[in-house]
Amino acid sequence: MPVVTPGWYMTLAAVLFVLGMTGVLIRRNALVMFMCVELMLNAVNLTFVAAGRAAGVLDGQVAVFFVLVVAAAEVVVGLAIIVAIFRRRETASVDELAALRG
Amino acid sequence: MVELVIFVLMGAGTLAGAVTVVLARNPVRSALGLLGALVSLAVIYVVNLAHLVAAVQVVVYAGAVLTLFLFVIMFIGVDRSEDTSETIPLQRKLVAGFATVVALGAAALVSRGRFTWTPASGEAAEIPNGTVQALGGELFTTWVLGVEVTALLLTIAAVGAIALAFHRRSAESPTED
Repeated sequence: MPVVTPGWYMTLAAVLFVLGMTGVLIRRNALVMFMCVELMLNAVNLTFVAAGRAAGVLDGQVAVFFVLVVAAAEVVVGLAIIVAIFRRRETASVDELAALRG
Repeated sequence: MVELVIFVLMGAGTLAGAVTVVLARNPVRSALGLLGALVSLAVIYVVNLAHLVAAVQVVVYAGAVLTLFLFVIMFIGVDRSEDTSETIPLQRKLVAGFATVVALGAAALVSRGRFTWTPASGEAAEIPNGTVQALGGELFTTWVLGVEVTALLLTIAAVGAIALAFHRRSAESPTED
């Protein structure tokens, strides 16, 4: 019976991060892109927890706390910006927001 | 044994949720996929004895953040389907290549690292038990400055969101398309 080691968790986190990164790069809907950013943040949180456990310290979980707070603040401001853009332009697609294109 | 079963089940749940987020056409499905991934990760945190982190994950992420996402999805409208045709040439191929490179790099780094719970010093480390008491003590002694700064950050974010919501509602410029 194989034992679950930090490498397993970090591999899972790496796959999760790559999935989120792929989503940010291929999706157009600003909301879905935001959710993919959340996926990447969660991948990093998993790494922190696993690494903290491997090192035998609590600091990894403390770091997760701060990541959570920053993620919450980011979601609040980001969604407010998306709603503000939507009220002006009637779209949430990042491809149609090309007003600054030269 | 228990950890292996939970890792396989919840890891599969996390990845399935993440794939749903990336591939679902409907943003509501993406949000529900994200919910699945977040709850599965919370279970993985419990296995790692990160109890408070798991609870906060469910309450803050699966509760508050996801509700906010669903609220904005409903506000913006779910019926408009996303145009998935690619306008940037080679974007898809470049993304696939880049993702492969990052994944292989991460796999290489992980496989070079330690694969046991035993630290470099030799004897097995005690698993840090992330109870409310332990984590709270750490947060409000060693990291108290960080807590204060993040509190300030949250206040700024709330004020900023309110400012964005009320920004120039009366003075909407008529020349803007």
